[in-house]
Amino acid sequence: MASVLGTAVKRREDPRLITGRGRYTDDVQLPGMLYACILRSPHAHARIKRIDVSQAKAAPGVVAVFTGQDLVGRMGTIPTAWLPPDSGIRTTAHPALAVDRVRYVGDGVAMVVAEDRYQARDAVDLIRVEYEVLPAVVDQEEALSEGAPQVHDDAPGNLAFHWKAGNATDEVFAQAEVVVRQRFRQQRLIPNPMEPRSAVADFNASTGELTMWLTSQNPHIHRLLLSGILGIPEHKLRVVAVDVGGGFGAKIACYPDEALVGFAALQLGRPVKWTEDRRENFMATTHGRDMILDVEFAGRRDGTFTAIRVKNIANMGAYLSTAAPGVPTILFGLIVPGPYRIPYAGVDVRGVFTNTTPTDAYRGAGRPEATYLLERMVDLFAREIGMDPVEVRRRNLIPADAFPYNTAMGLQYDSGNYEEALDKALAMLGYEKFREEQEKLRAEGRYLGVGVTTYVEICGLGPSQVAGAVGFQGGLWESATVRVHPSGKVTAFTGTSPHGQGEETTFAQIVSAKLGVPVEDVEVVHGDTHRIAMGWGTYGSRTTPVGGSALAVAADRVVEKAKKIAAHMLEVAEEDVVFADGVFAVQGAPSRRATFQEVALQAYLAWNLPAGVEPALEGSAFYDPTNFVYPFGTHICVVEVLPDTGEVKILRYIAVDDPGPVINPMIAEGQVHGGIVQGIGQALWEGALYDEQGQLVSGTFMDYAMPKARFFPAFETAFTETPSPHTPLGVKGIGETGTIAATPTVVNAVMDALAHLGVRDIDMPLTPERVWRAIRDGRDGA
Amino acid sequence: MIPSAFAYERAASVKEALELWRASGGSAKWLAGGHSLLPLMKLRLSAPPKLIDISGIDELRGVARVGDRVVIGALTTHRELATHPLIRETLPALSDAARQVGDLQVRNRGTIGGNLAHADTASDLPAVAVSLGAELLVATPDGDVVLPAQEFFLGPLVTAMPENGLLKAVSFPVPPGNARGVYEKFPHPASGYAVVGVAVTAGVDAQGVVDFVRVGVTGAADAAYRAQAVEEALLGREPTPDALRAAAAKAADDGAIAGDAFASEAYRRHLCTVVAERALRRALG
Repeated sequence: MASVLGTAVKRREDPRLITGRGRYTDDVQLPGMLYACILRSPHAHARIKRIDVSQAKAAPGVVAVFTGQDLVGRMGTIPTAWLPPDSGIRTTAHPALAVDRVRYVGDGVAMVVAEDRYQARDAVDLIRVEYEVLPAVVDQEEALSEGAPQVHDDAPGNLAFHWKAGNATDEVFAQAEVVVRQRFRQQRLIPNPMEPRSAVADFNASTGELTMWLTSQNPHIHRLLLSGILGIPEHKLRVVAVDVGGGFGAKIACYPDEALVGFAALQLGRPVKWTEDRRENFMATTHGRDMILDVEFAGRRDGTFTAIRVKNIANMGAYLSTAAPGVPTILFGLIVPGPYRIPYAGVDVRGVFTNTTPTDAYRGAGRPEATYLLERMVDLFAREIGMDPVEVRRRNLIPADAFPYNTAMGLQYDSGNYEEALDKALAMLGYEKFREEQEKLRAEGRYLGVGVTTYVEICGLGPSQVAGAVGFQGGLWESATVRVHPSGKVTAFTGTSPHGQGEETTFAQIVSAKLGVPVEDVEVVHGDTHRIAMGWGTYGSRTTPVGGSALAVAADRVVEKAKKIAAHMLEVAEEDVVFADGVFAVQGAPSRRATFQEVALQAYLAWNLPAGVEPALEGSAFYDPTNFVYPFGTHICVVEVLPDTGEVKILRYIAVDDPGPVINPMIAEGQVHGGIVQGIGQALWEGALYDEQGQLVSGTFMDYAMPKARFFPAFETAFTETPSPHTPLGVKGIGETGTIAATPTVVNAVMDALAHLGVRDIDMPLTPERVWRAIRDGRDGA
Repeated sequence: MIPSAFAYERAASVKEALELWRASGGSAKWLAGGHSLLPLMKLRLSAPPKLIDISGIDELRGVARVGDRVVIGALTTHRELATHPLIRETLPALSDAARQVGDLQVRNRGTIGGNLAHADTASDLPAVAVSLGAELLVATPDGDVVLPAQEFFLGPLVTAMPENGLLKAVSFPVPPGNARGVYEKFPHPASGYAVVGVAVTAGVDAQGVVDFVRVGVTGAADAAYRAQAVEEALLGREPTPDALRAAAAKAADDGAIAGDAFASEAYRRHLCTVVAERALRRALG
C-alpha cells in the first residue's frame, strides 16, 4: 500500500465549511443569550471628561452599560506576552475600556449589553461622551521626535522598547569596498480575515465554570491570559475555537473586547455574544507591518556580500498587543542575513507608541519585512557593481554542503539546497530567454521586468528554551494524543489550532500513515481546551513541523504498545513482529498476522494482555523541537509596467518552495497561492492610511484594496523536498512562504522593468500614480 | 453594520409611492435595488425613518423604442442594460458601461434609476447619460417633469431631482446608425468604481470624417461631465491616431478635476487623457 503521505487527499473540512454547516463563534446560539456592542472612540487621542449612559441604560432591551470606570478593580488589564530581553520594554497599562484617555480611533469607551444585537447597537448611539481632544501622533518617527504628543505618561518619548542584536560594527562598514544604503517603508496592513472576531461567554453558576467560544488561533493561550484577566481559575475556564475563518496573525492576540464579553457574562449571569462588524475589524483588530527601515549593505566588487545592518523604527500602535514586541525584534532581526553567507549582521529596533490601532503579527510576522529589505538590497547592490541579480545571489547562497549552518545572528539553519530551488525556478522561467525578450521589447517602448527572490525563513516556532531566551512568555512545544477506539477507529487530538490551513486533513494523513488505518478512520480534534490537555496554537508555520511532529511521536507510541500486544497474540517475541500497512505479521511467516484493528480490540477487551501492559490503546506526546525549521525557495515574477498609467501587470509568477517532504501537495499549493496573493497585495495594492488627526482613511473595502482573483495570472508552483534532520517527518512549514517571498519579488520586478530610467525605489504599495511619477521623474532625469 | 431602525412599505404603483412618500412627511427614501442606499445605512451615514420599496412597480420596467428615442424604465437592472438587444444595438456605450458596473450580483440587483439618482461621483452610467444627452423622466405629485442629464448631476450624491420626485424612466436619443459606442474605465483597485471613466459614442461619414462624437467623463470631477472640448477637436476631422491623441488631451478641460488619497488631481487629469484616448481608439480607430 502506498503511503497516504504526499497525496492530494481532498480537504475534509471543506464540505461543511462551503455548505454553511461550519460552526463559527457567531453561530453559537444559547438560551437567554444577550448581545454586546462596543462604543469606540472617534478620536485618536482625547481625554474623557464625562460619560453619560443614562439614556442608553433606559433604551429598550438594554440590560447593562459598562464604562472603563466601572471595570477598575473588577477585572484585570490586557497583558503583553512577548517581552524581548534587554530591551527596556515598557508595558503600559491597557484597560479593556479606556478609563480617562482614548489612544486610537477604535479604542473601547463603553459596552452596551442588550436583549438583541439591534437594541445594543442602537443604544450605543445614545451614550454621550464629552471629550477633550488632544494632539495625536500617527507616524513613528514623528512620535520619537522632541515635543511629540505623548501616548502614555509612563513611556517618555513614546519609546516602548529598544532591542539590538548582531555583530556588525562601524569598522566593518568603514572597510567595505561597496556600501549601499536605502530607506524602506513597510506600510501598515490590515489583515482582514474573512470571519470577523467574535466571542461568546457562558457562565454556569452551578459548576462555577465559564465557557468562552472565541475566534482564536491559540485557545490555550487565550485561556491562560483570560484566566488572569477575569480571575477565573484555569480549570474552570473552557475556551472553544473550532471553526475559525482565517486569522493571519490577527487572532493570536488576547483582545479587550473578548475579555469584556467574559466579564459581562460573569456579572450578568447570562450568556453574552459579541461579534465585530467589518468597520470595527478595520479599526480595532490588530494591524500588521508598519516599519521604517534604514539599511546598510556592504560587499565587494566581485559580488561577495560582507555585512548588513538595519535600523528599524516599528510602529506598535497605542498599546503593546499580545505578541507584538516579538515581531519587529526576534522574528525580524534573526533572519536578516537570509539565505546568504554574510559574516556580519546587525539590527537596532525601536518599538514606538503612536495613536493608531495596535500592530501585531501578520502572516510572516517580521520575516517578510526582513526578506523584503534583504532582497531589495541585493538587487540594489547588484546594480551598483554591475552584476546580474541572479548571479550575485548564486555567489552568496549558503551551499548545500554547509549545513547545519551557523549564521551571524546566532541561528543554526537545519538543512537546505538553495541552489537547486533557484535552478528549478530559473528553468521554469527560461531566464536567459526572458532577458533577450526584455531587451527587444524595451526598444519598442514596452517595460518588462523580472524579479528573483531567494529566501529562507524561520518557522516551526519553536524550541521552548529558545522561546524563554527571547522573552516569549510561553512554551512553544506541542501536545498530541492519538486515541485508538476498540473498533480501531482513531481520534487524534492536537494542541495546535488550525483555522483554514487544512490540518484536519493533513494530520489525519500523518496518523493514517503511521497506523496503517484508512485516512477516513482518523478524526482530528482541535480548538477546545477541555478536550485537549494543552497546546500553544497555530502561527509561525509551526502547526505541521511542531504539532504534526507531536502527532507522529504519539502515533509511534501507539504502534509500540500495539506491537507488544500483537506479539503476545501471535505468540512470538516482539522483535519477531513486523508492522507494515496496518498489519502486524510474524517475520518470515506473513500468514501469521493480526490487523491493527484486531489488536486494538484486544487492547480494550484486555482478556489476555502481556504482562506489564495496561489495557486500552492510546499514545500521547509533548513534543518540544530542538531547533526551528528553515524552509526556503526561489520565487520569480515577470511584470509589465504600462508607461502611460503606471499600472503593473503580473505576467508570470513562479514559486519553488522547499517545505521538506510535502504531506498533501494540493493543500501545500493552496497555502503557497494564498501567501503569494497576500504578499503581492502588500507590494501593489494594500496600505492602511491615517490622516494627521489619526482618522483611519482606509477604513472600508471601498478604500482598502484587497487583492481580487482577477488581478493574478495562474501561478506556476513547484516544490523541492529537503527534509529537516530534526523533525520526525522531516517536515518544515509552508504557511508563510508566499507572503515572505512575493513582496520583494514583485517590487524587484518593477524596479527591473524601470531600471533603464534610473528608478531605484518606490514606496509600497506601488500604486499606478507612484509608478507613473517615478517613470516621469526618471525620464526627466535621464 | 447594523442600520438604525426604519419602517418599510411596498408601493404597487407610482401614484401609491408618491402618496406613501407624502404620508411619511417627506422623510422616506426610495428602495429599488438597494445597492447604494443600504451600504450607507449600514454605516449609519444615512438613517431614513422609512423606506418605500418601489421594486414591485410594473410601470417602472421595460425598454422600448419610442420614435428616435429609447426609453428605459428606472428599474431596469445593469444586467439588462448590458444584455438587452435593443440597448446593445442602439446605445452600445450604455451596455458597455453597465457591463463594467460592480460584480454580477450588483449588476443583477442594481438599477439604472438607482444608479443615476444616487449620483456617486465615480459611478459609470452618468458618463453615458451626460454624453448622449439623456433625459430623466420624474414623477411628482404635480405631474411629470423632464430633467436633462447634463443639468442633473450637481455634485457628490447631489442631483436636481425634486425632493418629492420619483425617477420613472431614462430616455436616450438614439445616436446615428454609423456611431459606435464604448465605455473605458480605470477602476479603483478596492471598489471597482471609476477613478476615471470615459464614455464615447462616435461615428464617421462616408468620407471618413467624424460626423458624430459625444464624450462623457465620470470619476474625475465631483460630477460627471460632457467633454465638449474633446468633441470639438474631433468633429469634422479624420480620426487619425494623432487627432485622437490631441483630442483626448482635452478630456480634463471641461471638469473641475479633483484628487483623493488614491489619485492626485494631476494624475487624474493625466488619466482622463489616457482613458479618453483608449476609448476614442476603440470607437473610432
